[in-house]
Amino acid sequence: MNTTEKPKPGAAQGAEGEAWKLRLYVAGQTPKCIAAFANLKTICEEHMAGKYQIEVIDLLKDPKLARGDQILAIPTLVRKLPEPVRKIIGDLSNTERVLVGLDLRHG
Amino acid sequence: MKTRDVLAKTRTGIAGLDEITNGGLPAGRPTLICGSAGCGKTLLAMEFLVRGATTYGEPGVFMAFEENEEELTRNVASLGFDLKALAAGKKLVLDHVRIEWSEIQETGAYDLEGLFVRLAYAIDSIGAKRVALDTVEALFAGLPNEAILRAELRRLFRWLKAKGVTAIITGERGEGTLTRHGLEEYVADCVIVLDHRVINQISTRRLRVVKYRGSLHGTNEYPFLIGESGISVLPITSMRLEHAAPTQRISTGVARLDAMFGGKGFFRGSSALISGCAGTGKTSLAAAFAAAACQRGERALYFAFEESSRQIMRNMLSVGIDLEPWVKRRRLEFHAARPNLQGLEMHLLAIHDRVQEAKPRVVIMDPITNLVSVGDQMEVRSMLTRLIDFFKSRQITALFTSLTSDDHAAEHSEVGVSSLMDTWILLRNLECGGERNRALYVLKSRGLAHSNQVREFMLSRAGINLVDVYTGGGAVLAGAARLAQEENEAVEAQLRRERMARLDREMARKRQVVEAQIAALRAGLEAEVEELKQSLVEEGMREAAAARGRRAMAGKRIADLEKRASDVRRRALTTR
Repeated sequence: MNTTEKPKPGAAQGAEGEAWKLRLYVAGQTPKCIAAFANLKTICEEHMAGKYQIEVIDLLKDPKLARGDQILAIPTLVRKLPEPVRKIIGDLSNTERVLVGLDLRHG
Repeated sequence: MKTRDVLAKTRTGIAGLDEITNGGLPAGRPTLICGSAGCGKTLLAMEFLVRGATTYGEPGVFMAFEENEEELTRNVASLGFDLKALAAGKKLVLDHVRIEWSEIQETGAYDLEGLFVRLAYAIDSIGAKRVALDTVEALFAGLPNEAILRAELRRLFRWLKAKGVTAIITGERGEGTLTRHGLEEYVADCVIVLDHRVINQISTRRLRVVKYRGSLHGTNEYPFLIGESGISVLPITSMRLEHAAPTQRISTGVARLDAMFGGKGFFRGSSALISGCAGTGKTSLAAAFAAAACQRGERALYFAFEESSRQIMRNMLSVGIDLEPWVKRRRLEFHAARPNLQGLEMHLLAIHDRVQEAKPRVVIMDPITNLVSVGDQMEVRSMLTRLIDFFKSRQITALFTSLTSDDHAAEHSEVGVSSLMDTWILLRNLECGGERNRALYVLKSRGLAHSNQVREFMLSRAGINLVDVYTGGGAVLAGAARLAQEENEAVEAQLRRERMARLDREMARKRQVVEAQIAALRAGLEAEVEELKQSLVEEGMREAAAARGRRAMAGKRIADLEKRASDVRRRALTTR
């Protein structure tokens, strides 16, 4: 089953009123996927605590979603909200790049 | 396939390709198709899948990295491939992989498992046996990490093999390498190169099997075309000389010409060439042949490369051949096109298509020389070889006309194609006495006793006629000169007859004269004889009187005169 990381109650809205909806595509419990999820958690807690939502999609369980979301690389992180949609690939170990990719920092 | 051929093959269903590859692509393995832009890679991959789905019951997955589903569907609809229906029938999956690497931030280690998952899902959803990846090289564009991609591609091809699907991977032709990104490193079983060359402003596509591990394959470059029903590779070397040889004969449409072939015309299913320079009546002969075929109730196809069908019909009316009724009754079909409208291969395909559709017994190509403007002599020859083989395999009698530029070079310039022909009729211009006349002779006719005579070939309102030329006195005369010669001969003969009659009469006259003289002499003789007799009688009487006198005298003298008197009487009696 795909898991959804629920935001902490009472922290759904940020200072700017922004809600972050992130989706992480993985394919089974590979080291890269586990690392990506851990890295994502850390970054989210640090930069958008209380106003994010992470949905983890395991393509091995739901393969047709790979086509719908045009996923090639694993792991891939998709920022669904706020718009525009952005894609970040890799295990998210390069925090600087993740922040640039999420538009949290201008690189 | 032979039993010792251990390599299993998957038929592509593409006309000609299976012959070249001796049975198809390696089954369960990836094949690389590479070539420059616009050479037909995508189409070949697509036809492989469509034929698999429709002809061989093997569903397929088409993963497109460049075009989206709609574009693909539209692009191949013109070839009669209905991708939507195939997809609806679970025979085909189209998957467009959209890549915008530039918008993607790379943040660490990754792999292309997503692609594998997609492909696996697509394959499993319809039980696909065939896969096309067009073209994975698009992944390289703006790729964040080429090392990862290369490793993943290597894994992809291994994975495809493990999956047991027969795959086509297309790749863009690179400089000095088969593909721009060296895909041939990974796909090593079978590599086919497509090429698209423009020679004399006319494009020709070619296909070559560069490598086929574990199998025999044709190594030549084969022209191929993209026609109305897909790709068609035309391997000349796979054609064998095994056509039947019917003994039935069909008329050439000109009675006197039939007579030159032993009275019955060409063999059915043979090929004939009529060559001659401009204005020698090639088209007229061809039209006569077509009309004769229609008259017999056969279908005829007329490929005109110089004149429009209307023009031919109008012009042929002037020599008494009315083709229009046959066209109306759909016995005769014209197919007029400029040679440089398309490449030779396209012409060949168009002819194939038309022949397959119309199923004629007789085909006319007028003139084949114009095709040289499209390709060089060798290409035309190769095309004609294939064409003749094609006609022969269908027992179609084919008539080709060929324009030669110069009367003297006629026999040389045609050697290229004439050796392919069973019958060769040469038309020539004879110039004498200030006028030009047409002459016809049969240069060769395989298996037929044919006349070796030069005939004058006459076109008139009444039709085509062949007349013996005047060949006396070491000269060949035709036209007015022949007529003048005939006139001369007629006068001479008349004079000769008169001279003989005169001699006859003179002889009779002479005989009369001589006979008259003989009569006169005889009359003279008789008169003389009579006179002599008279004088004899007189002499006798005188003698008798004298004897009487002497007797009287002797009586008086008593002498022996008795005996002498009787002697004189006897002498007088015998002279009478």
